[in-house]
Amino acid sequence: MDELAVKVDNVSKVFKLPHEKQSSIKSVLVNFLRPNKGYELQQALKDVSLEIKKGEFFGIVGRNGSGKSTLLKIIAGIYQPTEGTVGVNGKLVPFIELGVGFNPELTGRENVYLNGALLGFSDKEINKMYRDIVKFAELERFMDQKLKNYSSGMQVRLAFSMAVRAEADVLLIDEVLAVGDADFQRKCFQYFKELKRDKKTVIFVTHDMDAVREFCDRAILIEDSQVIHEGAAGKIASRYSDLFTETAPSLKASNQKGGMRGGQGSVRVKKLSLEKSVLTAKDLTLKLKVILEAFRENENLMTGLRIKNSFGQFLHESNTWNEQKKVPDLPIGQTREVTWEFPNIYSDGQYVIDVYVYGENNEVLDIWDNAISFTVKRPRNRGQLVSLNPKITVK
Amino acid sequence: MRNLRNRYRYSAILLKQLVKTDFKLRYQGSVLGYAWSLLRPLLLFVILYFVFVRMLKFGNKIEHFPVYLLLGIVIWNFFQEMTARSLTSIVERGDLLRKLSIPRWVIIISSSLSALINLLLNLVVVVVLMMFNHVDLLKTTLWLPLILLEVYIFALGLSLFLSAAYVKFRDVSYIWEVILQAAFYLTPIIYPLTLITNTTFQKLMLLNPMAQAIQDARYSSVSHKATIGYHLFQNKIYTAIPLVIVALVFFSGFTYFKSHAKYFAEEI
Repeated sequence: MDELAVKVDNVSKVFKLPHEKQSSIKSVLVNFLRPNKGYELQQALKDVSLEIKKGEFFGIVGRNGSGKSTLLKIIAGIYQPTEGTVGVNGKLVPFIELGVGFNPELTGRENVYLNGALLGFSDKEINKMYRDIVKFAELERFMDQKLKNYSSGMQVRLAFSMAVRAEADVLLIDEVLAVGDADFQRKCFQYFKELKRDKKTVIFVTHDMDAVREFCDRAILIEDSQVIHEGAAGKIASRYSDLFTETAPSLKASNQKGGMRGGQGSVRVKKLSLEKSVLTAKDLTLKLKVILEAFRENENLMTGLRIKNSFGQFLHESNTWNEQKKVPDLPIGQTREVTWEFPNIYSDGQYVIDVYVYGENNEVLDIWDNAISFTVKRPRNRGQLVSLNPKITVK
Repeated sequence: MRNLRNRYRYSAILLKQLVKTDFKLRYQGSVLGYAWSLLRPLLLFVILYFVFVRMLKFGNKIEHFPVYLLLGIVIWNFFQEMTARSLTSIVERGDLLRKLSIPRWVIIISSSLSALINLLLNLVVVVVLMMFNHVDLLKTTLWLPLILLEVYIFALGLSLFLSAAYVKFRDVSYIWEVILQAAFYLTPIIYPLTLITNTTFQKLMLLNPMAQAIQDARYSSVSHKATIGYHLFQNKIYTAIPLVIVALVFFSGFTYFKSHAKYFAEEI
């Protein structure tokens, strides 16, 4: 245990989720009469074991809802493991969120002392570092104003300025990078570099694989409540990316069931198919086929597609009206095929497609969000929004 | 060992800061600010004085009845404020509990200390009124801190239980409100105990720790004519019953809180 900072032994966590929150005695009585119906068991972690050495910068990565934050909270002692044990050597400070305990009704100064106490600093200790905290947060003129009059940026600066003072043997950091602008992120990275230089033990939960590659020594990948990979940070980071480039689950579930669907229904998309669901740099085009089927009379049909990346950003939208293609009225019971071809400008990652059909007076006949998805493997273009094939000439 | 000391140091720092914050926020935005801590009991006293002393002539036979009345109100208010505040305190600090691993008892102690500070301020008002009423300083006043300690321990036991139960069942706050209201009338606070003519009822009422504490406080600091259990019960063993109740309430509250404290963060 001497050189270990954190030891997690066969930890499992099961949450009891009441169907309807049992906050009243009546519901408890009612549920008492019919046992096991009041709640659902949710396994958040399954048999997780970890050993983190002193001075290690350790990453925990995984999709949303995979159990990373639960693990972090169990290590921090906020949640109790259902099974297994956690041992921490030394003082541990968690940053699940910046500025915990900040009170909008108190002044900046008062909040510094309050937040300081939560980090374990006495008034005397804060007195000594007060000037530095304020200076680092660049808030000299505002400290006697109430926190509620601060902009969110100012609050984050103050909170961060407090956080970097924390004296701990083990630091837990949960996606604090998700907030703040580029300038703030730069400060965060600077802080991480200092932590690394000072050989602090850090456990870091994030979605940012660049940060994992840059700072972490080792990492684990959690998927479905279990540790599925453990190893060097770079390897884990690419395993994580693989999760998203594997064939999309919604495609497997296909073909009419995936996604969200609505619309009046006189004409519907009967089938949506891709020529290939995995594209590589060699594929120059993305080919799609939409089959429409009519159930009632229709006029002035228009159909189109939206393509989004895995972050939900619209990359482009295209429809027959914009492209000035006429879709003839469709007799009841018959089908019509519309094919699309786009240049493969997609960079490495997963994409989803929404498809829609509109009728007379712009009435929505069928709208089908996340109808199908495809994957592009182009490792060299990882992290870019699109990937163009430029013609480069060197003379 | 080092960890243990650190943990107590942390608790102490935290406790101090939470009490401070509570005090700062209490009269936030009011013009008179902290003066309200003294004005509130004073105004309440003025109302009760007019209703019960002047109009209903409750305390005619009791010497220094106004002081007697105020002391009872102040002690009851402390009990009520401390339990009511503590009851919601864990849920109100849910944000902290879900993000940091702070010792849970610190939260309860901090609300109890806020109520205690208020009690001390209110006692200042009592002392001032004593001087106006020319109440002689009794030697037995030395017992008062012990009596207040008893009330504190009783209220703490209830607070620990109520706050932990409130995390699971939000009904607790309404139930407790009703119980407090009923207990207020079952305790000789605004009426003298002598108003109850049936001695059996008098005795039963004095088994309630709050009634016993309030009467003892009045006896020790205001007037030796106040009725206390020691005079009422032939068998002096009975005077120990309220103390046994206090001890039982404290230990069961403490045990309940301790067994549930680990899961507060998940259940809030």
